[in-house]
Amino acid sequence: MYDMKALYEAGSVDEAVALRVAHPDAQIIAGGSDVLVQMREGKRAGAELISIYGIDALRGVSQEADGTLRIGSLTSFSHITKDPLIQQYINVLGEAVDQVGGPQIRNIGTIGGNTCNGVTSADSASTLFAWDAIVELTGPDGVRRQPIHDFYLKAGKVDLHPGEIQTAILIPKESYENTFGHYIKYAMRNAMDIATLGTSVNVRLSADKKTVERTRIAFGVAGPVPLRAATAEQTANGQPVSQELAEAFSQAVKADINPRDSWRASRDFRMHIAVESAKRAFIESVRLAGGEL
Amino acid sequence: MPKNVGKSVARVDAFEKATGRAKYMDDLCDRSALIVKILHSTIAHGYVKSVDTAEAETIPGVVKVLTCFDVPDIKFPTAGHPWSMDPHHQDVADRMLLNRHVRYYGDEVAVVIAEDEVAAAQGVRALKVEYEELPFVLDPQKSMEEGVPQIHEDCPHNVLAHTDIRRGDYQKAIQEPGLIRVEGWYDTPTVQHCHIENHGCFAYEEAGRVVVVSSTQIPHIVRRVVGQALGISWGKVRLLKPYIGGGFGNKQDALYEPLCAWCSTQVGGRLVKLECSREETFVSNRVRHAIRTHIISWLRPDGTFVARKFEAFSNQGAYASHGHGVVAKGMGAFPQLYPCDNLECDAYSVFTNTPASGAMRGYGIPQAMFAGESHIDDVCRALNMDPVAFRRKNLMPMGYVDGFSKNELYADTFNQCMNKGMETIDFVRKYKEYQNQTGPVRRGVGVAVFWYNTAVWPIALESSSCRMVLNQDGSLQFQTGETEIGQGCDTAYSQMVADAVGIPFEDVHVISTQDTDITPYGTGAYASRQTYIGGFSIMQTAKALRERILNIAHEQTRMPVSNLDLVDGQIIRISDGRVLKSLGDLAMESLYSMEHSQHITAETTAQIKTNAYSFGCSFAEVEVDIPMCKVKLVNMVNVHDCGTLINPALAEAQVHGGMSMAIGFGLSEQLLFDEKTGKPLNNNLLDYKLSTFLDHPDLQAEFVENAEPTSPYGTKALGEPPACSGAPAIRNAIAQATGVYVRRIPITPHVLYAEFRKAGLIED
Repeated sequence: MYDMKALYEAGSVDEAVALRVAHPDAQIIAGGSDVLVQMREGKRAGAELISIYGIDALRGVSQEADGTLRIGSLTSFSHITKDPLIQQYINVLGEAVDQVGGPQIRNIGTIGGNTCNGVTSADSASTLFAWDAIVELTGPDGVRRQPIHDFYLKAGKVDLHPGEIQTAILIPKESYENTFGHYIKYAMRNAMDIATLGTSVNVRLSADKKTVERTRIAFGVAGPVPLRAATAEQTANGQPVSQELAEAFSQAVKADINPRDSWRASRDFRMHIAVESAKRAFIESVRLAGGEL
Repeated sequence: MPKNVGKSVARVDAFEKATGRAKYMDDLCDRSALIVKILHSTIAHGYVKSVDTAEAETIPGVVKVLTCFDVPDIKFPTAGHPWSMDPHHQDVADRMLLNRHVRYYGDEVAVVIAEDEVAAAQGVRALKVEYEELPFVLDPQKSMEEGVPQIHEDCPHNVLAHTDIRRGDYQKAIQEPGLIRVEGWYDTPTVQHCHIENHGCFAYEEAGRVVVVSSTQIPHIVRRVVGQALGISWGKVRLLKPYIGGGFGNKQDALYEPLCAWCSTQVGGRLVKLECSREETFVSNRVRHAIRTHIISWLRPDGTFVARKFEAFSNQGAYASHGHGVVAKGMGAFPQLYPCDNLECDAYSVFTNTPASGAMRGYGIPQAMFAGESHIDDVCRALNMDPVAFRRKNLMPMGYVDGFSKNELYADTFNQCMNKGMETIDFVRKYKEYQNQTGPVRRGVGVAVFWYNTAVWPIALESSSCRMVLNQDGSLQFQTGETEIGQGCDTAYSQMVADAVGIPFEDVHVISTQDTDITPYGTGAYASRQTYIGGFSIMQTAKALRERILNIAHEQTRMPVSNLDLVDGQIIRISDGRVLKSLGDLAMESLYSMEHSQHITAETTAQIKTNAYSFGCSFAEVEVDIPMCKVKLVNMVNVHDCGTLINPALAEAQVHGGMSMAIGFGLSEQLLFDEKTGKPLNNNLLDYKLSTFLDHPDLQAEFVENAEPTSPYGTKALGEPPACSGAPAIRNAIAQATGVYVRRIPITPHVLYAEFRKAGLIED
């Protein structure tokens, strides 16, 4: 039994926006795997809810005319994992969200909910950061697109304006073309867990597979919001593929990340795991891209 | 020859449970029930000065608010032990229904009774409590220090109890020249049972009595505790136990039944329901005692024990619950498992401002085995001896008799079990192959044995009662006071009844629910006692029923009783094997006879004055990823000698469950508390790392069947033993893989990170 004041159900994006305008204090609910847990804990006791879960137009993965991958915000984790476009162009995202919770959560949880929560541990977030994803937001003034990096404001807070809902996550062609990535979720158990540290790396190699043209790396739980490791990326970009490069790349992440001490894990431990994970994820990404080291 | 015992018949409750038709506490509770929610203390230690209920009472739907200032001034015990007629052996009575002196973060301060859950939760949030805070202590050894506030008025230095064992002359023995000394401190964590169904109960008054339906393992005992707590005579209490979703010892305590029953009496006897959330279950039910154990062994270079010292400091938490029995059982195992002539053993149960520790699967033995069996591998390292060879040389030998319990080890159990385990996991080859590895990912194998004894005699009463009622068709109902809690005793008992009476298995109907108004007395599910103890009363009652049946058969057939038998539901004339009539025909004629109508029933109580050792071992194989500080459990084997198997498939399932518990105990589970406030940090199933299927290897259960001579069915304990030796086996495997001998569990990545840094295996 949940302590809720009202539930408004939107049948379309327009209806959702209208409900958002009419009930500015209401909480958006999609799959409910986070919101209902918080309500049960009494954190949102007496809340009004706007459910967008019935808006089928926000489900599914498609490719736009310019090649951009469009992931509807209500697409469930399990649908993302099994989607052919995802598997072809950004398989690592499917692998990352396949590590969320358990099967039931992956069937109900959505990528829009995962990102709108604004938590650093979200399994989709580090990969979306590493692939320069764009967040599409629809509000009373129309549609706006924002790099995911700017969407995350601080822990638990995203840049969702009054009246807006998130309608899609976009991956530009320039981001995914000829690019291969690997995600390492470091958690205390192999299922039903949140990440102690999430590490997502992707690389684009030169045609002869000998040089790193571009590498990108993002972490979850290495700071209050997901973050990119710019020093590490600069260390690897343009360099010849080698074990030494993997080592230098992984050591360089120390300059970029700032994990905290908490009862869940110490800063030193997270730093250590970040370096090791960066190395392993880099090596695996290079291997997936056809490189040898 | 038994026809059903020894076979893997399907569980009698399988269909009901698999289809969701089985009724649990909440399914049985009428939807009109008022809901009780508890306000728990938000300080670790202090006094409640006042509770402001005004705002809560104005919330629509709130029916009544009751606080620690309203409860009867009665302290009661909660432990699920049989009552003792000797006042010195009675459980410590140290709880009130709600407490003014709050002793841990989560203690019960007040309740809100409301028309629904939302109103009850709103009411609890609206209560304003004023506390007078006292300093608190979380660690048992610190709790014993001078100047620490006393948690219970009558317990100086917060020591609930201290017992010892002295044998020979330890101080003199250690003077022998040339001895090797091995010393270690071993820590086990606070863990929780995490049964699927949280504890809950509902209560109402009827005809001047209070009726409680509860998710409990011990209905007859809880009935007594409700009577004691409310200050009413025990006959005024009726307690029912339906199917329950596990207990593992947490429900071997009176939990919230007394409070729920009292709440009903405060609202005119209306139906009230109290259900724990998972968060409450973690903190405000019971937990496993965290025990710190100090062991010193003195050995000759040939691997002979000369003298041993054992000290255990058991974190009792805020209330006595099962009290000292848990650490005392662990200490009791120490001199028996590896007999030694010179011993100094001390065990302390110490109050702290943490959740009350109670019974949990293994009852002190998993803690004692982690310390003891880790220590044995520490000894083997110091002596450079093979861990199996050392154990063969020093473990309790066949023929050993314990002076107190009179238990005897009738077979060469340890060697038989280790041999089977070694063969199953290919120990000898792997142990050799995994010596002296280098590289980031390494493998290891480890072994640990365990000591366990069945049931509680001679420390406490062991008795069990059984009733059988024959139907007109020759089938029967039977019931005992022993409870089905998921382990399968209803099925094992049905197999026993079919064989003992002489009727087909499908003609045996178990009455699963215990109702203290109807069910004959039995103490319930604990101490791995039920299959062993229940077997006595079933055999005895079946004998009484058969006697009645054969006497009636004599009346009906005029054949002498001595020439009659009941086989497979048929009355047989022994001399020529002729079927004289079916049991159904006999029962029909008996019940409806115009001359001598009889309802055929039998009921007896068996008191059991024996106890049985139930031993075995675990083998574990691990792969350790050193840079990632991670352990992958690759293989795990448990071998048990629990006597003759009643139902091999159920036995195997029981072992799998225990092994799973041992995996969590060894690698991931731990309830944590904030040092600054005493607040629990991870009392939910996300942050408390119960291991999942994906953290388990394919679990292998093996058995050595030495029939137990004291049991009519040759059986002995299997409920708890599977949880006892897994953790040290895993620890010893990690030690073989890495050379790092960790002395605390759970061996999490955080622990390994610190240990590997110390050992120079990783650097930053």
